[in-house]
Amino acid sequence: MPALLRLDGVHAGYGDLTAVRDVTLAVEAGEIVALVGSNGAGKTTTLRAISGLVPLRRGAVALEGRSIGGLGSAAIAAAGIAHVPEGRQLFPTMTVLENLELGARTPESRARRAETLGRVYELFPRLAERRDQAAGTLSGGEQQMAAIGRALMARPRLLMLDEPSLGLAPVVVASIFADLAAINRAGVTVLLVEQNVLRALRLSHRAYVLENGGITLAGASADLLADERVRRAYLGR
Amino acid sequence: MAVGLTLIFGVMRVVNFAHGDMMVWGMYLAWLLAARAGIDPYASFAVCATVLFALGWGVQRGLVQRIVDAPHEMQILLMLGVALILENLALLLFGPEPVRVRSALGALTWYLGPLYVDVARLVTFVVAVALTLALAAFLRRTDLGRTIRAAADNPYGARVVGIDVPRVYAVAFGIGAACVGAAGALTAPVLPFQPALGLSASVVSFNIVIIGGMGSLLGAFVGGLLVSVAESLGAVFLRPSLKELVSFSLLIVILLLRPAGLFGRRTP
Repeated sequence: MPALLRLDGVHAGYGDLTAVRDVTLAVEAGEIVALVGSNGAGKTTTLRAISGLVPLRRGAVALEGRSIGGLGSAAIAAAGIAHVPEGRQLFPTMTVLENLELGARTPESRARRAETLGRVYELFPRLAERRDQAAGTLSGGEQQMAAIGRALMARPRLLMLDEPSLGLAPVVVASIFADLAAINRAGVTVLLVEQNVLRALRLSHRAYVLENGGITLAGASADLLADERVRRAYLGR
Repeated sequence: MAVGLTLIFGVMRVVNFAHGDMMVWGMYLAWLLAARAGIDPYASFAVCATVLFALGWGVQRGLVQRIVDAPHEMQILLMLGVALILENLALLLFGPEPVRVRSALGALTWYLGPLYVDVARLVTFVVAVALTLALAAFLRRTDLGRTIRAAADNPYGARVVGIDVPRVYAVAFGIGAACVGAAGALTAPVLPFQPALGLSASVVSFNIVIIGGMGSLLGAFVGGLLVSVAESLGAVFLRPSLKELVSFSLLIVILLLRPAGLFGRRTP
């Protein structure tokens, strides 16, 4: 059986800059895979290339063995990849409910919109309380919940998150990471990009370390947590 | 008309300088339909709106989409070019003489005590209100309307959730052009027109949109009422040729007091 997501020799970038070089990775169904590395290592570009938000320069992206490279963001979202981007990117003047409903765009997710909405509200009761409030007036943590909720509304096969901890208080980060574990237990495969390497490695099953646009280390998260190089470079001990 | 301009600017941040000329095309279409097919402009405005929708869609897909992210001055050059082409095409096809469309309603007047009401103008007003309300409901209640608002609110976020943003832009531009096409057909019976009207119509609708607040539909509507009342009062109390003096003075006063317009949101 092919992996849920497979990248083969992917190059991507903006203008003259190639931010990601020759990235090969795989995500199996049911896993949480973390992509960690320092600022500017190419993590965000990798996710954007998967989503079709940045054009692929070279290489292949396949979802369950079917090539989705170069398809365009609308078609890739319809194929089952939901992206929670850095900075949340909600629709600030629209209500929480409208933001969530805009996440359900495929015929299948639209048909089951009410049911999925109920599950999102169960996971994030705060969003149910604030459903008629403009998304721009939410706190940072609530906005992150809304962005994750909006992605879940698509009933994705793969949920990709870009720096969900960015700009949030440690308590809020802990609760968001607990929610991610719960989402994964409910059967959603997760690809997580994080600068908070310790938290990402504790949550995930496997991880890739990205440096200067290329993958330098890969393996089970528990092994990477114990790895001398990872400890020195990212965990500060 | 100003509502259509607001929609285009609000969604794409592109200033449509061809707006007045699109309106003139709506007027000439109504005129053609009345002269050749005998259709009253109060019935043909739907046809004019449809044709202008197609024109707006085409202009967006073929031209504007290439420069959506370009600086404003480049967009202005492009839209001025479109305006010149539309105006001169109208000149070529219809000539420079002012024309007027006759409507069955044009001869009707109601007397309400000391007031007399021109039925044609009243119908124009009522239909314009109805179209504005319909557009607002469309943007609020329907899925397509919500994707238009989403793309206006955060184009990158819209791409992230898988909205085909260029397609949404084309629909929005089409609807904006359809509004102005309907506006043209509806004003054709009460206002004689010629190809050169386009530029001044564009200027008036910019005035309205800026007074109302860039990107606010309600602002465009209220601004339209304010400007037309101001111009009518100016025409009565000063001289008809000085009516623009009043509306542009109003613009300056409002910008001094509320730089973002009446209903505009401040942008950083």
